[in-house]
Amino acid sequence: MAKLNITTAVATLALLGGTLGASADENAKLVINGDIEMVTRTKAPDHVPFDEIRSGWTFRTEETQVLQMDDFDNPGMIFVDQAIDNWNTVEGSEGKSCASCHQDAESSMQGVRAVYPKWNETAGEVRTLAMQVNDCRENQMGAKPYKYDGGDMAAMEALISVQSRGMPVNVAIDGPVSETWEQGKEIYYTRYGQLELSCANCHEDNYDNMIRADHLSQGQINGFPTYRLKNAKLNTAHARFKGCVRDTRAETFSAGSPEFVALELYVASRGNGLSVEGPSVRN
Amino acid sequence: MKPFSILAACAGFACVSAIAASAAETAPDNVTHDDYGSVAESLTGTAGDAASGATIMTDRGLGNCIACHEVSALKDAPWHGEVGPTLDGAGDRWTEADLRGIVVNSKMVFDGTIMPAYYKNSGFVRAGDLYTGKAAPADLPPILTAQQVEDVVAFLMTLQD
Ligand code: HEC
Ligand code: HEC
Repeated sequence: MAKLNITTAVATLALLGGTLGASADENAKLVINGDIEMVTRTKAPDHVPFDEIRSGWTFRTEETQVLQMDDFDNPGMIFVDQAIDNWNTVEGSEGKSCASCHQDAESSMQGVRAVYPKWNETAGEVRTLAMQVNDCRENQMGAKPYKYDGGDMAAMEALISVQSRGMPVNVAIDGPVSETWEQGKEIYYTRYGQLELSCANCHEDNYDNMIRADHLSQGQINGFPTYRLKNAKLNTAHARFKGCVRDTRAETFSAGSPEFVALELYVASRGNGLSVEGPSVRN
Repeated sequence: MKPFSILAACAGFACVSAIAASAAETAPDNVTHDDYGSVAESLTGTAGDAASGATIMTDRGLGNCIACHEVSALKDAPWHGEVGPTLDGAGDRWTEADLRGIVVNSKMVFDGTIMPAYYKNSGFVRAGDLYTGKAAPADLPPILTAQQVEDVVAFLMTLQD
């Protein structure tokens, strides 16, 4: 089964003086800094086989939820600051930084997160945000690529995501991406590993149920990268996919693999209509 | 003269598994489910130990049954899930053969169920080596040994309404 982290659960328990963290108010609203209103529940897109899609935020305890409501409480925001430094740092053989081409992330990166992964016509491939960042590093800056699911990449994704916070996820699923989308869908429904569990078994058939100490969500990625209290760092979507596949006692795919790129496209599209939340806070 | 008989078994079959498993043990591939998925014969011929079964059911590296099932008799162990039905009274509702069938391979009883098969060692997609994320070894063992299955069944039989 999922490798559940009892230590974290128990730590939370202790904080609460012995009672299990009250399950969050089903209809709580996520407003960040008293200003950015997030859509955390909305009508499911046609390609999702249930009525309502819900952000992972709606499944967390109130204690975790509040951490995302103010940027001063959101530990993920520290990494956004770090990424601003990287954004402005010249690296590589071409003497450029991200800012050399894209100026201010605040204006140039608005809306970007919401539509990724997306088709890149020139390269003739589906690109995740991480792939695009590394393409810029290698081919525009002459710099080394970031580790696909490493800390620098997660931070850069957070900086880019923040510029789209509150905008609806709007990933295309037809046209040139349709084949990759179908592949991602097939992976989503494949029962992997010795436990023979698919993403759908947990996140479609059993969301809102407890699996040991974990309250199962719909496994949406609108909140990525997420700051997890469990490992105290920013986590990329592919790192989370790896963890979930590993927990089925399966041989995982690697971060950045064609399989996970396809899966990311498919999972992202299941969240079309939810707000971009990254960096979000999860347990 | 026990050592001799094991050696004799060894001559005819794969030595390693013949030594690890007792002569009477049924291998995962040789278990027969009837039309309802039940398994009438004990996998080992040795009666199950209910106390050991209780431990297996709560241990996250073994059965971890309470990840999905609520079991009042196991409330000392924290966190019972709600993915499957409560197992209270399971020993009333089902026969020993039914329960053995469910633990060995629940998909033979409940078509397409989410519940993992505990005594099965082949036919997986990308089987891994426990929770390492790495590929499984060629001789992947089932999640539970034959005797552990018997122990769990013995415990389930104690769950009477
Ligand atoms: C054994 C059950 C299980 C399976 C199978 C599983 N997951 Fe998860 N997943 C969890 C648990 C438990 C969590 C943590 C609680 C939550 O957010 O649902 C989680 C969390 C996630 C999250 C984080 C959601 C958030 O809001 O932070 C994503 C994304 C995710 N899973 C995607 C997947 C994908 C994609 C697959 C298939 C490759 C998958 N999961 C398979 C149990 C599972
Ligand atoms: C991933 C979830 C999961 C795990 C882990 C799991 N089960 Fe189940 N189990 C189920 C579900 C779901 C059902 C209901 C059958 C169905 O409709 O799929 C079930 C049904 C059963 C039943 C029949 C219940 C009844 O009374 O009608 C028994 C007995 C049972 N499980 C025992 C076990 C034991 C023993 C273990 C561990 C060795 C275990 N289960 C592990 C999900 C699980």
